[in-house]
Amino acid sequence: MTLLFPRESLSVYPKHLTPEYRSTVKRSPSKPLIIVPHTLSELTGPVYGHDAVQEGDNDLTKQHKGEPLGERIIVHGQVMDEDKRPVPDTLVEIWQANACGRYVHNVDQHPAPLDPNFTGSGRTITDKNGYYRFVTVKPGAYPWGNHPNAWRPNHIHFSVFGHSFLSRLVTQMYFPGDPLFPFDPIFNSVTDEKARQRMVSRFDLEHTIPDWALCFRFDIVLRGREQTPQDMDKH
Amino acid sequence: MSDITPSQTVGPYFAYGLAPHSRCDWKPNQNYDWKETIGANLVTPDASGQRIRIEGSVLDGDGKPINDAMIEIWQADAQGRYAHARGERPRPNAKFTGFGRSATDKDGVYSFDTVKPGAVPGPNGKPQAPHIVVCVYSRGMLRQIYTRLYFADEAGNDADPILTLVPGDRRGTLIAHKSMRGELPVYRFDIRVQGENETVFFDI
Repeated sequence: MTLLFPRESLSVYPKHLTPEYRSTVKRSPSKPLIIVPHTLSELTGPVYGHDAVQEGDNDLTKQHKGEPLGERIIVHGQVMDEDKRPVPDTLVEIWQANACGRYVHNVDQHPAPLDPNFTGSGRTITDKNGYYRFVTVKPGAYPWGNHPNAWRPNHIHFSVFGHSFLSRLVTQMYFPGDPLFPFDPIFNSVTDEKARQRMVSRFDLEHTIPDWALCFRFDIVLRGREQTPQDMDKH
Repeated sequence: MSDITPSQTVGPYFAYGLAPHSRCDWKPNQNYDWKETIGANLVTPDASGQRIRIEGSVLDGDGKPINDAMIEIWQADAQGRYAHARGERPRPNAKFTGFGRSATDKDGVYSFDTVKPGAVPGPNGKPQAPHIVVCVYSRGMLRQIYTRLYFADEAGNDADPILTLVPGDRRGTLIAHKSMRGELPVYRFDIRVQGENETVFFDI
């Protein structure tokens, strides 16, 4: 199987310069990006096996002496390529604020309490069907300095690898029905409505655990699709 | 329109999750052994070839250091082989992954310890000069930006099929220059995200 990584697929990505998100103004390339062919250097990428994670890395509620405060949730889903084929054995990393909307990072000075029982980072490897699963608590919304009274919608940061360095994805998972969506320039930097909705998890009643945890499903589609006979004709 | 999941910024707080042992300031988790899976030292005991250090600053459009960036690098081993099934040749250094991650510190500086990669196959059977694929993430970047690091002391740069696609007056932004720190060659590679002498970034 030879995978192709069409550039057109990136059309749903945010623009580098999105002035509503102020930090992009000085941190976006101003000169045109140079189009280059995909060589072996781009078509390959790091491969992480099960030795990259240890037991418990995917349960953010069990990394301390006690349980973190907040709404316990399960976040799971399938990592797929553009043909909707599962991407097995790939590293998925997450990090997030605690239930009060505070990150353990020193730079975060939001006056909300830290939780001694919550760090907020996890990782796992997808199974043979591309599935991953985390147990965590629902992150809180938090203020930021982008514009007056700016608040980030609840989100979990995701980092995913996939089949090549071209499929590498860093994104954020949001929660359905968040009232902050219309006001968040990061969420709205994705201008296509359908694409934006692909960053929103869906409530998954079927996989909730009664009397224990709600569940949200977040499927991830990475770059990469199978070469077709038509593609081969072009060469 | 494609169905892929869109990119979002890595934000300012990734370090404790993605680069826990980096120089970035964060509060460690005292109770749980959160081991680093991807670090800035790529050198494994079985890695053959010339040991090198790569260092540089990441700078914004005002020339100010970006102190919350994350750099990832991807490279072949000293024999020009990628640790990946798609590499056309088998890998010789089983433990050398060729992948590294470094957060920038308060001065916007990142660094990697690695080995100098060999030349790798390129399009149409032409070799590519030794290079490292570099990916930059930070707050204010809604998607990662890709560039490449080439080595000033490599004769093959002039014929490299990617470097020759870059206008001559901008090619220098992709060249890392060597100095010696004791016995260790240190290649300096600054990344200017925007403005004068802006680093060349690739649309891939």
